[in-house]
Amino acid sequence: MRVFAIAEHRFGELNSISFELLHLANSIKGSGTSEAVIIGRNVAGFARELVRHADKVWVISDESLENYNPDLYIDVLLQLFRIETPDIVLIGHTSQGCELAPYLAVKLGGSVATDVVGVNVSNDAVTVSRYIFQGKLMVDLKITKLPCVLTIRQGVFKEGPEVNGEVINTDIKPSRSPARSFVKFIKPEVGEVDISQADVIVAVGRGIGDASNIKLAEELAQILGGVVAGSRPVIDSGWLPKDRQVGISGKTVKPKLYLALGISGAFQHVIGMKDSDLIIAVNKDPEAPIFGVAHYGIASDLFEIVPLLIKKLKEIRG
Amino acid sequence: MLVKHAASTEAEIRIGTDGKSLDTRGLEFEINDWDRYAVEEALRIKEAHGGEVVVVGVGIDCDPTLRKCLAMGADRAIKVPIDTGMDPYLTAKAIKEAIKGEKFDLILAGVMSQDLNYSLVGVLLAAMLDLPFATAVTSVKIEDGKVRVLRELEGGYQEEDVLPLPCLLTVQSGINEPRYVSIMGIKRARTKELREVKVTLGEPTLVVERIYHPPIKKAEMLEGDAPKIVDQLIEILKSRGLI
Repeated sequence: MRVFAIAEHRFGELNSISFELLHLANSIKGSGTSEAVIIGRNVAGFARELVRHADKVWVISDESLENYNPDLYIDVLLQLFRIETPDIVLIGHTSQGCELAPYLAVKLGGSVATDVVGVNVSNDAVTVSRYIFQGKLMVDLKITKLPCVLTIRQGVFKEGPEVNGEVINTDIKPSRSPARSFVKFIKPEVGEVDISQADVIVAVGRGIGDASNIKLAEELAQILGGVVAGSRPVIDSGWLPKDRQVGISGKTVKPKLYLALGISGAFQHVIGMKDSDLIIAVNKDPEAPIFGVAHYGIASDLFEIVPLLIKKLKEIRG
Repeated sequence: MLVKHAASTEAEIRIGTDGKSLDTRGLEFEINDWDRYAVEEALRIKEAHGGEVVVVGVGIDCDPTLRKCLAMGADRAIKVPIDTGMDPYLTAKAIKEAIKGEKFDLILAGVMSQDLNYSLVGVLLAAMLDLPFATAVTSVKIEDGKVRVLRELEGGYQEEDVLPLPCLLTVQSGINEPRYVSIMGIKRARTKELREVKVTLGEPTLVVERIYHPPIKKAEMLEGDAPKIVDQLIEILKSRGLI
C-alpha cells in the first residue's frame, strides 16, 4: 500500500497528529511506503522532523500557503496525487482534516471514513474501526473503493518506528486563487478563572438539566476548593461561559480531581480531561462512555448524590 | 438546508441479532441536534435578508424532522425516501440528485450527526457541487454577495474567513438559540409542501462488517444506596488528600 499522511501545523508548530499518522502509515504500508506531505511556507524544519518516521516527505512550499486554506491545500494535493497516486490518505481528525478529507475523497474518486481509531489492511482489503453514538458503540467498516481518505483520531497511534527516508522538494504551486479567503485568527476569550490551573474541577454536562442547577455544582466546587467547568452542551446552552469549556475546542485540563456530573463522555470532551489524576463520574446511564475513562463511576442520579455529598462534606468541615 | 432524522444517543441502544445493524425498536428518533442550530441560522438569515428556506432530508421515515423544520418556519421540504445506512457518500450523492434544478445561495448543514458522528455529508456535497465551503461555523454574516464566517478551531481559537455565494457551511452547535415550535407553527406546517423526490441509490463505499460494544477499561463502580455511595466517595477523596 502507498500510504500518504498529510501533516498539520499552526502558529509555527507541527501538530503531533502528523507523527501519529506516520506511525499508522508504517504499520499498514506492508511492502509499500509511508509518505508525508507537508504544505506551508518555510517548512524545511518540519520536513526534517517528519522524515525520521517516513519513507518519503513531499514538501509543497509557497508564500500563499502560509496559513491553511482548504481551496489551496486541495489544489496542491490533487496536483501531487495526479502523479504520485495514493492507496490510502491519512489526515488528522481535526478542524482542518474534517474539511480536507471529504473534499479530497470526492475529487480522487475514492471513499472516505472519519474519526478512525483502527485500520486493518489484508490482501489489499481495507477495514476501519470507529465509534458511533458518541462512544457508546463501535463499528467495523469495509472500504469498497480505493483510494480511501481517512481522518484519524488523535492520541491513538502514539508509538512507531524510526524510518529515516528522504525529503523531496516539489515545485508544486497553487494553480488558482482560493474562493475562500482567510482573514485572521481570533484568540480564545480570557475569563475570570483559568480552569486549566485548577486542582479540583467539578464539571457538568447535559445531565445537569437546567441553568438553575449549576449552583449545585458551584456549591460543591466551593467546598472542595475547586472551579466549575462544563462540556459542550452546557456551554452551547449558555449556562457557563466559553472559557469554562473542557474539550478539544475548549481547554485541556489535568487537575488532581475531575468530578464529572452528568457528562456522557464524547471523545471531544474526553480528550480534554483524560489525563486528570483522579476522575470520578456520576451519570444515570451505566453505558455512558465517561465510565470508560473514569477511575471511579457512580451510575446514579446526580441530584441524589451531589446534595448528600455536599451535606456530608459540610459536616466534616464543621 | 440539510437535516437528518437521527437516533437519540440518550436511549439504550441495542445491536441487531445479525451483529451488523441496530435494533431500531429501542431507538428514539429526533432532529439531529446540530441541525436544529443550522435550521435556526437559516431562518434568521431569511428573516434578515428575505428568500426561502428549503429543508432536505434523506431517510424513509424522516417526515417528523422535516415537519418540525416546517413548523419552525422553513418554507418547504424535500424528502429523499431511501436508506443510505452508514454510508454518508451515498447520502450526499442522493442530496445532489434531489436538489438538481433547485437554485440556491447558501446550503447549511450541521457539523455532524449525533448518531454516526462522521462530519461528512456537508463537505462531500460541497465537493460534488464544486462549491466553496467552511465547516464548524460559529458566526454567519451575509455581506453583499459574500458571507463572512467564524470557524471553530482547536483550543478555543477561531478563524475568520470570507466566502463568495453560493457556498456551503456546516454549522457548529451553540451558534444561536434555536426557537421552540409554536402551536401556530405546527398548524401552518400542515399546509406547507413536503415533496418526495426519488433517486437511485449509488454504489456503496462503506459496508458494515460488525457493530459491537467498545472494549473499554471500566471504571470501578461504586454500588449501594446514595448514602453508602457518598461514604465511599468521601473515603476516596480522603485517601487522596483532597479533603
